[in-house]
Amino acid sequence: MIELDGLSRTYQIGDEPVHALVDVTERIGRGEHVAIMGPSGSGKSTLLHLVGCLDRPTSGSYRFEGREVATLDEPELDRLRRERFGFIFQAFHLIARLDGTGNVELPMVFAGVPRSERRERAQAALAAVGLAARAGHRPSELSGGERQRLAIARAIAMRPAVLLADEPTGNLDTRSGNVVLDLLDRLNDEGLTVLVVTHDPRVAHRADRTLILGDGEIVRRARREELATALVEWGLGAEAHR
Amino acid sequence: MSGRDLLAYAGRALAGHRLRSALSLLGVAVGIAAVVLLTALGEGARRYVVDQFAQIGSSFVAVVPGKTDTVGGIPGIGGVPNDLTLADARALERAIPEALYVAPFVVATDTVARGEKRRRVMVAGVTPEFQDLRRLRVASGRFLPAGDLERGASVAVLGAGLARELFGSDDPVGDVVRIGGRRCRVVGVLAARGQQMGLDIDDIALVPVATGMRMFNRSTLFRIVIDVGPGADLDQVVERARAVLIERHGEEDVTLITEAAVVASLSGILGALTLAVGAIAAISLAVAGIGILNVLLVAVAERTAEIGLLRAVGASRRQILGCFLAEAVMLSGTGGALGLAGGAVAVRVLVGLWPALPAAPPPWAIAASVALSLVVGAVFGWLPARRAAALDPVEALAGH
Repeated sequence: MIELDGLSRTYQIGDEPVHALVDVTERIGRGEHVAIMGPSGSGKSTLLHLVGCLDRPTSGSYRFEGREVATLDEPELDRLRRERFGFIFQAFHLIARLDGTGNVELPMVFAGVPRSERRERAQAALAAVGLAARAGHRPSELSGGERQRLAIARAIAMRPAVLLADEPTGNLDTRSGNVVLDLLDRLNDEGLTVLVVTHDPRVAHRADRTLILGDGEIVRRARREELATALVEWGLGAEAHR
Repeated sequence: MSGRDLLAYAGRALAGHRLRSALSLLGVAVGIAAVVLLTALGEGARRYVVDQFAQIGSSFVAVVPGKTDTVGGIPGIGGVPNDLTLADARALERAIPEALYVAPFVVATDTVARGEKRRRVMVAGVTPEFQDLRRLRVASGRFLPAGDLERGASVAVLGAGLARELFGSDDPVGDVVRIGGRRCRVVGVLAARGQQMGLDIDDIALVPVATGMRMFNRSTLFRIVIDVGPGADLDQVVERARAVLIERHGEEDVTLITEAAVVASLSGILGALTLAVGAIAAISLAVAGIGILNVLLVAVAERTAEIGLLRAVGASRRQILGCFLAEAVMLSGTGGALGLAGGAVAVRVLVGLWPALPAAPPPWAIAASVALSLVVGAVFGWLPARRAAALDPVEALAGH
């Protein structure tokens, strides 16, 4: 489903080129649950943005569902983001002036989904994350965990194929973090492909496998049972357990 | 994304900053109200003038002594013009047989006295046709009698105000007044009417034209008015009248004015003035537009992360552009609507204070106000909206 071949992304900061991602080659299949770890600045988020078509690679090839993304024009990329990807962010990115339903409906509003269907699908998405009773509340009236669940409801409202989560539990305490992770697991069980960028080994532990990045390259691929060893090897366990 | 959804989204965003939004749309409202009010004033002045002329109709040709419409000419310079005489009036009557009447008249300010009561008023030497010409109604007695044009009886018709001041509640008809030292019998009193073309019909004394010329010691008429009735070819009448007078005077020393031409040119001048005043008021809309520009630039800066999110959920650049343009146009459009309402109220107050002025914004000004307010939003919203649409989604999500 996601095929990356020699993917690189270079930024220009001042005169200096920054190699955020270097020659990444990877295959991620439908329904997989993959974690991406690595120290700050290792290119985790850049990889997630490239996969989610928010950013374009400098070189290399990215095929999504068999189509070469580099050949797609902007409206087609917009359509992919709208219909195939759901994003979840550490900072939630909820819109304060809209209530729960309003936030969940947002992608559907821009996709032109008719009003009545929108309402119905928003209710279903809110029910799926256990927030049916909080639909009329604004983000400021919700707890951190509820906010992230609301963001997940928004991400799944358009019934995407891939869920892209950037530090989804980074702003949450352990208990509400676990509720969010359980939810992601459940969505994955229901067939959604899930990609999670995280610092937290407990989050990565939920994934089938983990890609460890260092300086823009994939330095290690670890299945769940190898994760603990791999993290110690790359000095990431200690940081996460602080 | 449907238009309704776009407006709802933009409206919510604006409602999130009520004060800021209200202040920026107030700017537009003031600008539009100014356009409405000032054009209403200009249009009122234009209508006032046109109405005044309409009261006396437009099938007239006026003959005035002296050449006033030559290039840069000042009347009287380059030779003293010949007198315009009652004989000229009669010649015109013969040359233009289809004329309803040819009314010569003469005007001066003089003293009208009855016993100790004296009033200095406008005294006009006229013919009986003057009654039709000015659509005058006689309240008591009758108008000046028809008779030999050149003889001039010592009779007078008084305006309502003048009659009241000189006679109080007594009936002046049959009584005698002295006008410029000459005894005249009052034969009639006009019905009260008020101002007309700058001539106070209530404060006037009318005498036969020949009487007036002797009274004022004038050899020339003030003017001769020819009424050819509706539907006549005025230009052709003007040419014939001009020819007759050139022949009689040996040179072109009169000016022929058609009232229609006067009304048209005055109306044109005042219309242009209204447009100019409206345009000046519209400049204030540019200031209001800068207010909108500022509010939207702040909004884009504040909502950078929101823009990033919208791109992440699949909103296109065009949709982002549309959202911010919609906000700008909603601000300016609402401001425009408020301005129209405010302007309408101001015009009504003005008309209440000054009923004589038929002030009303011309339709083109209202249409232009609506269009202008929307254009202001679109023009000044364009830059911030472009900026929002051009944001890189990844950077926007990071909040910078």
